[in-house]
Amino acid sequence: MSFTSINFLVFFGILIILYYALPKKIQWIVLLVASYAFYLFAGLKYLGFILFTTITTYLVTRYMDGRIKAQNEYLKEHKAELSKEDKKAYKKQVKSRNRLWFILTIVVNFGILFFCKACLVDPLHSMTDSGVISFLSVGLPFGISFYMFQSMGYVIDVYRGKAEAENNFFKVALFVSFFPQLVQGPISKWEQLKESLFAPHPFDRRQVAFGLQRMLWGFFKKLVIADRIAVAIGTLKGTEYTGVSFFLLTVFYAVQIYGDFTGGIDIAIGVGETLGVIMPENFIRPYFSKNIAEYWRRWHISLNEWMKSYIFYPITVSGPMLKLALKTRKSLGKFGMRIPVYIGSLLTWLGTGVWHGFNLHFIVWGLMNCFVIVISEELNPLYEKFHQKYSWSNTRGYNVFQILRMFVLMNLIRASDLFNDVGDYFRRMGSLAWQFNFHVLWDGTLMNLGLNAVDYVILIAGIVLMFLVSFFSRDDVSFRVKLQKIPWMVRYLLIFLLLLAVILFGSYGIGYDASNFIYNQF
Amino acid sequence: MKKKLIGIILITVIVAAGLLWLVQGLLMPKFMSEIPEGAMIQEYYENAGGNDVIFISDCEVYENFSPITLWEDYGITSYIRGSAQQLIWQSYYLMEETFRYETPKIMVFNVLEMKYDTPQSTGASSQREAYNRMTLDGMKWSSSKVSSIYASMTQEEREKDGIWSYLFPILRYHDRWSEISGEDFRYLFQRDKVTDNGYLMQVKVNPVGDDYPVIPLVNYQFGENSYYYLDKMVELCKEHGTQLVLIKAPTLSPIWYDEWDQQMVDYAKEHDLLYINFLDRIDEIGIDWNTDTYDQGLHLNVYGAEKLSRYFGRILSEELGVEDHRTDARVVPRWTQKCETYMNRKETLEKELQAVVE
Repeated sequence: MSFTSINFLVFFGILIILYYALPKKIQWIVLLVASYAFYLFAGLKYLGFILFTTITTYLVTRYMDGRIKAQNEYLKEHKAELSKEDKKAYKKQVKSRNRLWFILTIVVNFGILFFCKACLVDPLHSMTDSGVISFLSVGLPFGISFYMFQSMGYVIDVYRGKAEAENNFFKVALFVSFFPQLVQGPISKWEQLKESLFAPHPFDRRQVAFGLQRMLWGFFKKLVIADRIAVAIGTLKGTEYTGVSFFLLTVFYAVQIYGDFTGGIDIAIGVGETLGVIMPENFIRPYFSKNIAEYWRRWHISLNEWMKSYIFYPITVSGPMLKLALKTRKSLGKFGMRIPVYIGSLLTWLGTGVWHGFNLHFIVWGLMNCFVIVISEELNPLYEKFHQKYSWSNTRGYNVFQILRMFVLMNLIRASDLFNDVGDYFRRMGSLAWQFNFHVLWDGTLMNLGLNAVDYVILIAGIVLMFLVSFFSRDDVSFRVKLQKIPWMVRYLLIFLLLLAVILFGSYGIGYDASNFIYNQF
Repeated sequence: MKKKLIGIILITVIVAAGLLWLVQGLLMPKFMSEIPEGAMIQEYYENAGGNDVIFISDCEVYENFSPITLWEDYGITSYIRGSAQQLIWQSYYLMEETFRYETPKIMVFNVLEMKYDTPQSTGASSQREAYNRMTLDGMKWSSSKVSSIYASMTQEEREKDGIWSYLFPILRYHDRWSEISGEDFRYLFQRDKVTDNGYLMQVKVNPVGDDYPVIPLVNYQFGENSYYYLDKMVELCKEHGTQLVLIKAPTLSPIWYDEWDQQMVDYAKEHDLLYINFLDRIDEIGIDWNTDTYDQGLHLNVYGAEKLSRYFGRILSEELGVEDHRTDARVVPRWTQKCETYMNRKETLEKELQAVVE
């Protein structure tokens, strides 16, 4: 069930009524039932996948937590009798037993994810032989990348002793399957979500209104902007579009993916907010970033946080890496000390690329990001000197230049998403250096991309609105909070106009081949 | 304070819903100056009741039979519930709905629809859906309409909005905002009549040229779904004591194959129904393919339709015993008015055509 379908709105409407009408103590059960109903809409064939992950997550976390608790109790009881070495040996023994089940769970679950990504997706986009896997035409299980990362994050936290295991299986089931997150995240941590997910929520008019407003804004970004511009992106992917046309594609794609992904997240977070469940933000005005590291702190935050917490840091501070750092320091000096960071970054970005899809172009995309981040980190001392030396580099104008530079750079890297043929992508990147066909901007090419003048007017107006909302949220105060301060009649009128814009200008219904949420396929 | 708040919210919701309803009315196609076929189904409700004969089918009835001629020559009260590319399940549900308003003596069904067995029979998906909408949007809400929608929806519709876009047509027609014209405002709350008791008049003459090629088919057997709904029609008419008459209108294309005809002959015999294939009676009817068709034999023009109606009127009157109401003071004024409208329309269209020719 797509967020942008009428069926979803009806489903959500019924859920809201039941959620606030039934006793508060069973609200989380209502959510669990709703989440599974939502999941079943995608097909019964996927149910086994999510149930397996839920059951293994529950069992292993209960087992590990039980062991840790028993260990703590034992150590407390025998505090006086045990020597430091005995305690250490006992802890090691418990840890090693936990590790066995922990690794088994992680390997099996990520193995399933890996298998699904490699074999169950469209054979054309798979690395396996289409003839061999043709019988596996079930497609990627709905939401698997999101619920898998969320569940495994919880397993790792329990293993590390950072989170306590939940006793109630059904609460774990809700954490894994909470429906707003299944479509395209955000990927929440257990400690972040558990409180508001299971707590009773009395009807809070302001919170419900804010949630609905955020959903409406998400619909606007997805239906009016992202889905409208999608047709032009489809055309611009044609092999004849190189040089300035390719540059145009990167800009159009930046608009589409922003509208699509942030729109979907707005709907997801808005749904949660309406139900009183607060999910972490996944975007903080990413196109206002001045460098790539900042960009990745603002874009798809939950995935990057996950990668950082569960891949990057564990790798860089692991025993073998520390040993390697010591060795390389001797031969390479300061640079050698940073080798573990480079390896960690490389593996993290490789993982991020594979998470998006088991395809060469996603891996290339990940490596390009890694390369730019590492280079910019290495050059950081030079930047600092540059800023100290030239005062004009700290002006507002230079900041705008940095933002634009970052926007263009990320657009160029991001465009690799669009090309299954990596060679084709690099050929077009190369064309930017020698093909200055600026005439495509005025010779009518723009009108042959599947968009007419009216579409462009709607898109430009939509993009300006999106920019203004983002711009006026720069002080970290939600635009909805600011909206709350204007007279209610004006506020209601603005909301109604936004609703009308979504209904009238949205790309949906018969005749539209609107794309599903892009991140729904990962 | 709480009451005030509830009041504000209620007023806002009512005003917003009202505005959206108005916008929806504005966006819905009016089918007045173009594609009048889309406005035909809803015209019935103003004329429901008191009809002895009801025709139900596609253009093979609404282009080929003139209820006004049936009245003028035989005093037969009739109405055509026709729409473009009407499919057999739509005809069945229209029939079911008609029995809610009246119980005619004769129900006439044109059997060319038997060739379309499933909603995905022909044409591009969006085109099929557009034709479906022309039949379904005009129906008043009832269980018949809901059943007809579910039976008619294309795969794309099922996957997208389902029945919701029928309940809230703004979801279907939302992108018409760029086509809004004066007509949309003029007909926001009321529509003109585009037919004469369901008959869509054409005065143009476009003679038949070469013979239409008879392309052999792999399989001539009508589908199970078609028979399912035809059986239901037979059952429904029996329940209401109405005689079901099966006809095949005298049109040259699409081709009506002998194998199809034989299946209908057999079906009629088996169910004790009257089946008339007018293609076998062209000469008796007096149709002249040089003067009586407006599109080379695909449909009759008004002159051909009047001839066919005179011929069929005799059968209805003499063989099936349909009553002559020309002396019934309760219906005469209404029908006199209809005849006048019909004559005026005919005269206007002929003048317009003449002006174009000159």
